Amino acid sequence: MPRVHVFARDHINTDEIIPARYLTTDIESELAKFAMEDYDKDFVNRVKPGDIMVTGADFGCGSSREHAVWCLRGAGVSVILAPNFARIFYRNAINNGFLALESEDVVAAFEDGDEAELDMEAGKITNQRTGQSVTFQPVPQFALDVKAAGGWLEYMRDHSKAELEDETLSAESTEAGHGHPGHDSDENLAPGTQRA
Amino acid sequence: MGMTIAEKILAAHSGHNTLTPGQLIECKTDWVLCHEITTPAALRMLEERGMDRVFNPDQIVAVPDHSVPAMNIKAAQMYQKLKSWVKDKGIKHFYDVGRGGIAHVVLENTGLMKPGQTLVSGDSHTCNAGALGTFATGVGSTDLAGAIYAGMVWFKVPETMLIKVTGQTQPGVTPKDIVLEVIKRIGADGANYLVMEWVGDYIDNLDMEGRFTLANMAIEAGGKTGIVAVDDTTRAYMAERGVTPDQYTEYQSDPDAKYKVVVEVDASQVEPTVAYPHIPSNGRVAGSDHIAVTHAYVGSCTNGRISDLRDVARILKGNKVAEGVQMIVVPATQLIWKQAAQEGLLEIFVDAGASVSYPSCGACLGMHSGVLGPNDVCISSTNRNFVGRMGDPSAAIYLASPATVAASAVAGFISDPRAYNHTLGGAAD
Repeated sequence: MPRVHVFARDHINTDEIIPARYLTTDIESELAKFAMEDYDKDFVNRVKPGDIMVTGADFGCGSSREHAVWCLRGAGVSVILAPNFARIFYRNAINNGFLALESEDVVAAFEDGDEAELDMEAGKITNQRTGQSVTFQPVPQFALDVKAAGGWLEYMRDHSKAELEDETLSAESTEAGHGHPGHDSDENLAPGTQRA
Repeated sequence: MGMTIAEKILAAHSGHNTLTPGQLIECKTDWVLCHEITTPAALRMLEERGMDRVFNPDQIVAVPDHSVPAMNIKAAQMYQKLKSWVKDKGIKHFYDVGRGGIAHVVLENTGLMKPGQTLVSGDSHTCNAGALGTFATGVGSTDLAGAIYAGMVWFKVPETMLIKVTGQTQPGVTPKDIVLEVIKRIGADGANYLVMEWVGDYIDNLDMEGRFTLANMAIEAGGKTGIVAVDDTTRAYMAERGVTPDQYTEYQSDPDAKYKVVVEVDASQVEPTVAYPHIPSNGRVAGSDHIAVTHAYVGSCTNGRISDLRDVARILKGNKVAEGVQMIVVPATQLIWKQAAQEGLLEIFVDAGASVSYPSCGACLGMHSGVLGPNDVCISSTNRNFVGRMGDPSAAIYLASPATVAASAVAGFISDPRAYNHTLGGAAD
């Protein structure tokens, strides 16, 4: 069962996720060695493939460096949950088919080292220690389709403009403007996704 | 319903008459700006997928700026990668080391980027160009690759925040202080996913250099871009670069355009503002605490322009940087460096005991040429004061205007630049 790594502070920025001094490479396995170094030097020693990160709001603010997504994925992180994400980090996650899930209550529900079960279909994550479940916003259909295509470049190459503009990214979940995801509405639910 | 400038530009670049915030669009990019840190990754992605082409070599601007002149062998290889691609693809606008500087400031000055156009770059401060009435935003390497390949990018049409700045600032208060005050009020994610549109008589009276500083800092509030509508100041700026109004499209927000938030600022009430560690929203009045500094840094795409250097020079003239303070001044481009030399500013810096560096992003992001060590304390005219941003994670970064940086460098501790208001209005102003 995947382990949860909690980084509770808001505004964890790209300089903490992957400092600029390591930007002379774009190789994921190299970047992985330095993931979160300026926040927690020991994280890379603890994280195992498939693990889950839970973070405070506005995760990934600052630089546009996609290295922030690559280093975390390279280190083994399979999914990040936060109340919301900074804009460029969020689109970088989508473009890489990397799961960044928005969940208002997730930070309070976990302690570092807890084990968790993620249910994408039900849109919830369950803490195995406490039995508590919290929901997350449905992944926008566009993000799912980019993921299925293998990434944004593949999607762009293989889809028409009309297909793209027919996608949904209107989910309130991406309106992280004021630090709080908005209310759910049925038309924003991705097909195959149900609210818990 | 009325539309904002951002919505109108995005509509015109996606084949729509109207757009609604939240809508997903495929947007044409008029310009793609490339530097040597995020572009090599984009090029590798394209090569690996057999998509190694450029949508239009005449609409790509390449400017190595982050780690130049190369700080080590790996950086030299990234520079080589950018340069060989430029040659291979016949990229028309290449500003090499010695001919360029910081990419955003190089681009704004070329006249290439015109009002009404769109720009993406693999750099978060791309929003800088929004001061010209454009839609310009930072993206990651994958988006950059897509833009290089197809001249397009996906956007979720953003809502807009209107920032209305009225009145005039007190002497010694600058646009940097205004934007730090706004970020203090709305928070470091206060404009996340939003466009920041600047209006009001303060903006009407502001020169282009100040407008670039405001637009540049949009990302520090999480904004998608900052925008200032085209007016006579913009037109004159473009005309000085040989670009006439018939060569570009001016967009104005409709009177009934919908704004998500309206923020009102009385410029006369804003004081010299310093963002304390470790977040740009942590603003306080300059000099309200006694904070000794070890470093003073003037530069970056935010505040490395000629007006910034003049501000620093009027304060440093006839003064010395305090013992124990390392001051570095980085003119943002070769042209600004030359102008500063011609105006005698560089001599003033050197006489004061400041080190004048070559145009580069340098220590702003902790790459080279002034990186902070453990427990250093830096007053800086740059844009970000996150943990580790300028070097060691234990260093403290205080963000301020160039004037506040200069006043602090002389005093040896963070100081209110209004003590030098008697130097305003002179030849160096």
